[in-house]
Amino acid sequence: MNLIVAAGGGPVIPNFGGSADKCAQNNGLFCWHWFTSHWGSIFGPALVQHIVLVLIAVSIGFVIAFAAALLAYRMPRWEAPIVIVSSLLYTIPSLALFQILVPFTGLTRLTVEIALVMYCLLLLFSNIVTGLREVPEEVRDAARGMGLTPRQILLRIDLPLAVPAIFAGLRVATVTTISLATVGAFVTNQGLGAPIFDAIGRGNFKTEFLAAAALAILLAWVADLLLVALQGVVAPWASRRRSSLVPRGVVRAIRRRPRPISAVREA
Amino acid sequence: METEATAKSSNPREHARAAASLEFRDVSKRYPGNDEPALRDLSFEVAAGEICVLVGPSGCGKTTAMRMVNRMIDITEGDILLDGESVRSRPPAELRRHIGYVIQQIGLFPHVSVGDNIATVPRLLGWDRRRVEARVDELLELISLPSETRERYPAEISGGQRQRVGVARALAADPPLMLMDEPFGAIDPITRERLQNEFLRLQEDIRKTIVFVTHDIDEAIKMGDRIAIMREGGVLVQYDTPDRILADPKDEFVAQFVGLDRGLKRLALSKLGDLSLQAAECLPDGTPVRGHADHHRVVFVDDRRHPVGRLGEDGEPEPVGPVGKPDTSLRDALSLIMSDANRPLVVVDADGAVAGLARVDVIASALAVGNGGHAAREDAAR
Repeated sequence: MNLIVAAGGGPVIPNFGGSADKCAQNNGLFCWHWFTSHWGSIFGPALVQHIVLVLIAVSIGFVIAFAAALLAYRMPRWEAPIVIVSSLLYTIPSLALFQILVPFTGLTRLTVEIALVMYCLLLLFSNIVTGLREVPEEVRDAARGMGLTPRQILLRIDLPLAVPAIFAGLRVATVTTISLATVGAFVTNQGLGAPIFDAIGRGNFKTEFLAAAALAILLAWVADLLLVALQGVVAPWASRRRSSLVPRGVVRAIRRRPRPISAVREA
Repeated sequence: METEATAKSSNPREHARAAASLEFRDVSKRYPGNDEPALRDLSFEVAAGEICVLVGPSGCGKTTAMRMVNRMIDITEGDILLDGESVRSRPPAELRRHIGYVIQQIGLFPHVSVGDNIATVPRLLGWDRRRVEARVDELLELISLPSETRERYPAEISGGQRQRVGVARALAADPPLMLMDEPFGAIDPITRERLQNEFLRLQEDIRKTIVFVTHDIDEAIKMGDRIAIMREGGVLVQYDTPDRILADPKDEFVAQFVGLDRGLKRLALSKLGDLSLQAAECLPDGTPVRGHADHHRVVFVDDRRHPVGRLGEDGEPEPVGPVGKPDTSLRDALSLIMSDANRPLVVVDADGAVAGLARVDVIASALAVGNGGHAAREDAAR
């Protein structure tokens, strides 16, 4: 609540859309008409901005985490430092992180992207490393014994077999980032967080608030389904036996949720 | 046959590229920080086309020895020669592509189909697509797997089938040498026996040189042309044919390892066909016989000389009882005789006609051949 007051600032003068819409005037629970008539001006652009924010953050996060995971896999002594740094980043509260970044990068999208990338690093890194480590030793031994070079083993055996774990990480990272990106509106007026802040500024305009929140949830859900479908294409062997709409990957992803503090302590 | 096959390398059925001979020459393995070597001066030779079984208790270094052949483990001292050429003269990956490799856990690639698993090494060697396809078809047939298995993932076939695919994958590029580390170890006894027999039949065709690791002496006796018995600390104790090892264990360790029933195990190595049979007196069914001197020798036969009955002690005809075939092992024959009140066993030939009789004392005397040596000396010393 404190946060909201701080964000909204000043005395609140209810102004629900300023239209002749009765429902909106009365701040009804959800005014469908107001929603559709403001799709083009508010929700559509916000949704697109949100998707772009998340795509950029997860893509860059994935590239960095992937490189770090390969490094840690090949040279295990690098794993502890990487885990420490990414755990530290993961534990910084987002608002504090914005405060730290703004003096350097300003109230820009760059600030938001840096923060979002930092938050998905640990999730992605630990999943990729675990995926690579979980490749059965006998499979690797057979590959080596048949004359695959270390590089061929990585590309043809280790990475394909790590795909399910990598996707589990991608799914958690994506869903987390979609939810986290709404806070980005605190820094720039972009994404689905913007209508939420706007709704708060208007004195808790329910329709705008609920619509933006619902879109964020829907986006997370659709993104997750798309990733599951993509995994089915990339690694058909992993889903041949079980039809996996949600269960296994999510369960595993949750189980794999990093334990930042203990990880730091271990290190 | 082998020379003909090697000459025609364009033929995808390029079978039995001449098997390679293998020689361990004073091979030792030491791990850093460990004073005791894992292998000590291992020396033996395996002739081309033979199965050499490395057997011994765990910790004897048998797997280490095997894995040094394809350089999965580095040699500390000595050398391993493949057709007279050191395995160290080639880069490891290149060397391994020409050596079949089968391990107990099989290690099929779970993310590619059975067909792609089998095609692994041929593709690494750059065979063209049609040759690879043809080879996969041929191997699936060789291991009697239905062709639709080709598109399945390893998780979708049975354990026995997976094991066969593992062998097919190792054979794919027709390597002159195969390494097999307890290949049938993780399989139920019935399937194991079937796979062993299948593999021995296969080996009669392909005649590869094979290094086979097991901890099971019975499997060693069954599979091996030669057996290397090793003991803890990586010492080779005895290297000989199964028959010689059973007949003449070099020391107490080997004798204990092969077991007190080594006589019976040895019997299992010979077949009735190898035995000189006692002549049977074949009489047409229904012939009246009175007061025959040796009623055991009388066998009543039909017009094709198939046994239909025998003469009892009381002079009356009796059912024929168990019948042995040329490929019945002496061990099984002995068991049949003992479960039939020690009557000599009627042995028929491949057509089912009476070939003769096998008597307990004749079977027992087969054991006497080659016996003695170390064991007799040790017995005398005791």
